[in-house]
Amino acid sequence: MTQLILFNVTNGLIVGAFYVLMAIGLSLILNLSNVINFAHGGFLVIGGYVAYTLEPYLGFWGALIASPFLTAIIGFAVERLLISRVYGRDPLYGLLLTFGLAFVFEDGTRIIWGAQGKPFTIPAFLSQSLSDKFFFITGYRLFMVAMVAVMIALLFLLLRFTRAGMRIRAGTLDLETVAVLGVNARALRSLNFAVGIFLAGLSGVLAGGQLGLEPTMGAGLLMPSFIAIIVGGVGSLVGTLVGGLLIGVASGLTAVMLPPASEAIMYVLMAVVLLVRPRGLFGEEGMLT
Amino acid sequence: MSEVNRRLAMLAAIWAVLILAPLWMPLVGGYTALGTRVLVLGLGAMSVNFLLGFTGVLSFGHAAWFGLGAYGCGLLLKFVALSTPLGLLAGTLLGGILGGLLGALIVRRRGVYFAMVTIAFGQVFYYIAFQWSSLTGGDDGLRPFYRQPLHLGVATVDILHGSTAFYYFVLVSFALATALMGFILRSPFGRTMLAIRENERRARFLGIPVEMHIWIAFTLSCFFMAFAGSLYALLNNFADPRGLHYSQSGDFVMMAVLGGMRTFWGPLLGAVVFVMLQDYISSITINWQIFIGLFYVACVLFFPRGVLGILRRKATT
Repeated sequence: MTQLILFNVTNGLIVGAFYVLMAIGLSLILNLSNVINFAHGGFLVIGGYVAYTLEPYLGFWGALIASPFLTAIIGFAVERLLISRVYGRDPLYGLLLTFGLAFVFEDGTRIIWGAQGKPFTIPAFLSQSLSDKFFFITGYRLFMVAMVAVMIALLFLLLRFTRAGMRIRAGTLDLETVAVLGVNARALRSLNFAVGIFLAGLSGVLAGGQLGLEPTMGAGLLMPSFIAIIVGGVGSLVGTLVGGLLIGVASGLTAVMLPPASEAIMYVLMAVVLLVRPRGLFGEEGMLT
Repeated sequence: MSEVNRRLAMLAAIWAVLILAPLWMPLVGGYTALGTRVLVLGLGAMSVNFLLGFTGVLSFGHAAWFGLGAYGCGLLLKFVALSTPLGLLAGTLLGGILGGLLGALIVRRRGVYFAMVTIAFGQVFYYIAFQWSSLTGGDDGLRPFYRQPLHLGVATVDILHGSTAFYYFVLVSFALATALMGFILRSPFGRTMLAIRENERRARFLGIPVEMHIWIAFTLSCFFMAFAGSLYALLNNFADPRGLHYSQSGDFVMMAVLGGMRTFWGPLLGAVVFVMLQDYISSITINWQIFIGLFYVACVLFFPRGVLGILRRKATT
């Protein structure tokens, strides 16, 4: 029993770490541009499939590095050409637009790469189990968690110690004032969006190695990211981090106690948070509420 | 033509087209069941727009109430009583009451945050319908149940086998629902909804209890939605979890935006465009999504008032 619980908690943490990687990109975009990027799952899928296409030429490691950058470039173009047009309007238009884009991306992926799922091969040494007793910890899962940890650390360093990062943090609080102080808000939003999409692309490559690739996989992974943001509190990246891990572990534990409820538990958790603390665990009072 | 006359002429035209649909639809290659589908989904889109277009609040989880309406209706017909009106009542109450209860939890949220929370709560019901297979049939959906003949006192109408008879049954239901919706929007309450949409802060300064109004509007919208869902169950003699999924909510929002939010009849027009495109394009290629998606994206970017909005601007200038 202990091992079963340990298995599921570990599993939950790993899954949670993955939600965090996706949710933090969403959260970045939401905080600065006030756009819920519904197409985030679509970018994740593009990241995965681009890596799949590049792998025969660049190998796993090359694809892992190149694909998120390419996805970020696509994201940058989409933001510049389409999403930036609705910034001046009611924030709801961002949601309406990205929902349509998600629709287009999903079908576009199907047209380019086919509706059938594709396998994404990972190096053999990563797919092995690390110990006999804890058979469930494969090298790849540890690698995923390590990647997430490194990326989050880099992101926080970027936001804390670079000029652009400082501007993003300031813009989250009050973009208008930041713009008045002479910062190019247009460019800042584009940069921020591209960083968020970079993380989505990376999530796609990592998810592809674990689950394989399917055109519809993005939609399924989007909802837990939403919940991670709501539970953690809108406006707080730390909140998103905690929220993602929390729902991962909660659904891992529920998988032992009451398997059919393992998806629903995330929503229950969210409902409880909304009832007890509507702004989320780490949310600032008055942010977007 | 004066404004009032123009309005009346438009109303007369809409109803004439709807009443005569079983006559003209076969001529343009359609069939009656497609018309019924448009009416039901159109009513759903109008319910979404009741909130989005007239209160300024976007619920992205409204399919939950649509699907609950369908299940309420189906479960009653399957397990409790063989009566179409009771089925409609059961579905409408189930979706409407649950929607109202959850609404109380979320009306303090605003904007994109409100949309996110409604999606997430909608998904709860999707998972319940999906997992509780002993009651709902799970992924396979709820069946068998059939809509029952209507006993009107003097006569009995068989709406199960005659698709035209069922179309008129749905049209009458649709007429009653939209008349009620129009009545609410013209009432002082409806005007207050518009005030909140235009400027929530000023409405609050005027002493309007904003949260209470949004909650009532949300709840009414849930009842309309659940009513549409019940009709949908009757149309298909079937209810399945996909009717509750957020992608279904997205379809309704797309219809509302395509046709023209902020207009009363726009979402119905959007439903016509959506259902026709889906029916027509999916007979040519399996990738119908991308066409509707691109059309919709173009609409959001360049014609945010939708098709009806464009027509109306043309008419007034």
